[in-house]
Amino acid sequence: MARGGIGDSLKRKEDARFLTGRGTYTDDINRPGQAHAAFVRSPHAHARIRAVRTEAARAAPGVVAVLTGADLAADKVGILPAGWLIHSKDGSPMVEPGHPALVADKVRHVGDQVAVVVAETREQARAGAALVEVDYEVLPAAVNLVEAIRPGAPLVHDAARLNTCYDWHLGDKAATDAAFAGAHKVVTLDLVNNRLIPNAMEPRSAIGDHDRVTGDFTLITSSQNPHLIRLLLAAFTMPGTPEHKLRVVAPDVGGGFGSKIFHYAEDFVVLWAARRLGRPVKWTSTRSEAFVTDAHGRDHVTHVELALDRDGKFLGLRERTLANMGAYLSQFAPSVPTYLHSTLLAGCYTTPAIYAEVRAVFTNTVPVDAYRGAGRPEATYLLERIVDVAAREMGIDRVEIRRRNFIRPDQFPYQTPVALQYDSGNYQATLETALRKADWAGFEKRRAEARSRGKLRGIGISTYVEACGIAPSAVVGALGGRVGLWESAQVRVHPTGSVTVFTGAHSHGQGHETTFAQLVADRLGISPDAVEVVHGDTAKSAFAMGTYGSRSLAVGGTAIVKALDKIVTKGKKIAAHLLEAAEGDVEFESGRFVVKGTDRAKTFGEVVLAAYIPHKYPAGLEPGLEEGAVYDPMNFTFPAGCHVCEVEIDPDTGSTRVVAFTAVDDVGTVINPMIVEGQVHGGVTQGIGQALLEGAVYDDDGQLLTGSFLGYTMPRAADVPSYQVATETTACTHNPLGVKGVGEVGAIGSPPAVINAVCDAIGIRHIEMPATPERVWRAIRDARKS
Amino acid sequence: MPSISLQVNGKHVTAEVESRTLLVELLREKLGLTGTHVGCDTSQCGACTVHVDGRSVKSCTMLAVEAEGRAVTTIEGLATDGKLHPMQAAFHELHGLQCGYCTPGMVMSAVDLVARKPDASDEEIRAWLEGNLCRCTGYHNIVRAVRSAAAQSGGR
Repeated sequence: MARGGIGDSLKRKEDARFLTGRGTYTDDINRPGQAHAAFVRSPHAHARIRAVRTEAARAAPGVVAVLTGADLAADKVGILPAGWLIHSKDGSPMVEPGHPALVADKVRHVGDQVAVVVAETREQARAGAALVEVDYEVLPAAVNLVEAIRPGAPLVHDAARLNTCYDWHLGDKAATDAAFAGAHKVVTLDLVNNRLIPNAMEPRSAIGDHDRVTGDFTLITSSQNPHLIRLLLAAFTMPGTPEHKLRVVAPDVGGGFGSKIFHYAEDFVVLWAARRLGRPVKWTSTRSEAFVTDAHGRDHVTHVELALDRDGKFLGLRERTLANMGAYLSQFAPSVPTYLHSTLLAGCYTTPAIYAEVRAVFTNTVPVDAYRGAGRPEATYLLERIVDVAAREMGIDRVEIRRRNFIRPDQFPYQTPVALQYDSGNYQATLETALRKADWAGFEKRRAEARSRGKLRGIGISTYVEACGIAPSAVVGALGGRVGLWESAQVRVHPTGSVTVFTGAHSHGQGHETTFAQLVADRLGISPDAVEVVHGDTAKSAFAMGTYGSRSLAVGGTAIVKALDKIVTKGKKIAAHLLEAAEGDVEFESGRFVVKGTDRAKTFGEVVLAAYIPHKYPAGLEPGLEEGAVYDPMNFTFPAGCHVCEVEIDPDTGSTRVVAFTAVDDVGTVINPMIVEGQVHGGVTQGIGQALLEGAVYDDDGQLLTGSFLGYTMPRAADVPSYQVATETTACTHNPLGVKGVGEVGAIGSPPAVINAVCDAIGIRHIEMPATPERVWRAIRDARKS
Repeated sequence: MPSISLQVNGKHVTAEVESRTLLVELLREKLGLTGTHVGCDTSQCGACTVHVDGRSVKSCTMLAVEAEGRAVTTIEGLATDGKLHPMQAAFHELHGLQCGYCTPGMVMSAVDLVARKPDASDEEIRAWLEGNLCRCTGYHNIVRAVRSAAAQSGGR
């Protein structure tokens, strides 16, 4: 392995600026003449707006404008579209209510934006916003997911009967019913996948600017996908704005986890206000605002059934899920509980018949959309929980029941009954490595030792398969996706041999500036220090779809490889001419173009220079060395793995500590092991957070009770252990790097491992997430009673 | 508006501030020191941690006027002569940061811990960092980095 090439734990290039305070996040940027925006947001979950009185705000010091939903409607702008269309069982399209950037008639969740106040300073804007009087007629709210679909429940949108957005299904119902009819044993479980609040550490921020002379718009925003935001603005939200006059820049972005994918109202409003006022307008979310405006994640209520034969072989699986959409459809919300969820219900297993029914429901809560894992954590959780319950009820060892049902390595490519075809994997390998590293066999000794200290110790296991690198555009289109999901790259080789790579992927913690440079360095035989990776600016990179679903390397990295292949092909032509050899006889290896079987060679640098100073040059070949490529994947990639968690519970308080956690993942080829491990550490911590600490709680009126870091329990350093992390690699078969993706595996595999450990420690069938001390204490008490 | 004088990263600074202005607002908005970040509005996240007279302080919990006559160090002032502070170097070496947003506060807090207790155990490091939220790293490599920097400080 070359230093800094593929497989090297190269230290990150981006660290230098982040460690010295020289990062540039959106709120760090100020434009000349800039004004500040503050939003007037609904304090009610559901209310009709009778009147909005803005006079006092307009008269307040420093206020330059107050804009309302009526102004928006008059300008005929500001619609935020959904990006995915799901059809119900009966073939009807989902109910797709409009989502206006400022609401004029009815607010539908606490935090819904009613007006915006623009002032000279941030403080003046906030003070002005407090002076806007909104006359609300408060309406009963549909808050609880289960109650929202009952007849007579308040309607979030009149068009959505029983608050239902769609009622979808997947799989072969008849075959699944038949499997259940012939089963030796049927195991059932009802569970909740708790609602989470993403809480990237950088609150969202946006600056809009408009040049009245040139007509150019600039939006600087904390986004994971600036090109997607530009597309949605030009096509839907600001109709009539030419896309080439709209530049979207996402500079340093402080974490995303999905929550910064979406096309939020504020991005549009700062641009719209900037055009109206003729000056830049900036908005930065407070954390309290983030809690009620950033899309939330998960929030499923599920009934699951597993049919087994006498030996514990899985015969069939049924899922019935209610999925919360919140008050409006966020961009990818419809796809999350459907094609990103039920398609994963085979997991690592050969279950031959699967049938899923998912009903998406509107409620008077913040919109719910993709959050780290997006649909796959929910699938993994219900599957790995029901498998543990089945093992318990059939008296089969938890590991053994998984082994009996695993897809074997010789069965790939493996077609599941729920649409996906897994290309590669070795679930036995990740399982065995995890068991060994976690000392599964020695656990009972540790349990006994803990018992001697009065503690309940438990161990839990989970295995998973997930789908990344979304996806062939044609397939996505057939399933209702309204965008293509390919990725682009341009590789510019400069005359003196250094390289700039322009990618459509966006890095907000992932370290692309380092790993993509490693990839280029490895392929071209140059130092990673000679490679600069540029991302996050629609004026620099070609159109592309951005970063989510662990797709940056599998899709974006492959586009870079394709562009590099073109560079090498052209370089061979130039080298052949310089070396007076046939093009077919020139090979490129370790940074040198060599005539096969000879010592005649030109270095990469010599060939590059010749491309730009083409004095001796192939006839008809264009000078210069810059290539672009686009990659539309042939399939999803399928990372998989096994997580083992050990917990210790204080039975007197119910307090649960994760005392050991082992993650063994197959993420395909690893470019930078240090970064891969870091991604797993972070994902596992979010998963432990979901399992033990985090959960959004609304009261019956739709007030978010967990509306700040005081009420919403984020994992802190003392809440989690140090981790044991390893990889077992099978290469992806359909991209040239063999990469699969690592961004989400930690958050997908870990929650069921934690809950399985808690259930094992207490000796119970199930406990809901988050397994707070109160829940655990009650579970222990109830277990002792029975 | 009150006028205050203080040292910031070793330089004498005079600024006009409102009496309600927070130290973090003075640093970010008046002095352009945007390395100090704001991650919440309830003094929970620690992204705004700086040193005041050598002790770590959440700069959102202190009024700018309270810094009168005191010495403030921000992340921008931690490296000396272009050389990273051992804590910054350890975070780089051991991948103790991802998106970088919590990093300045995390580093400033950790530097204070090592000054107070150079032989802190992992458990003590985790307990100390309770006031600093990180959503990316899972803390694993941050704890390693703090331990490593402490070891390099030679238990001074």
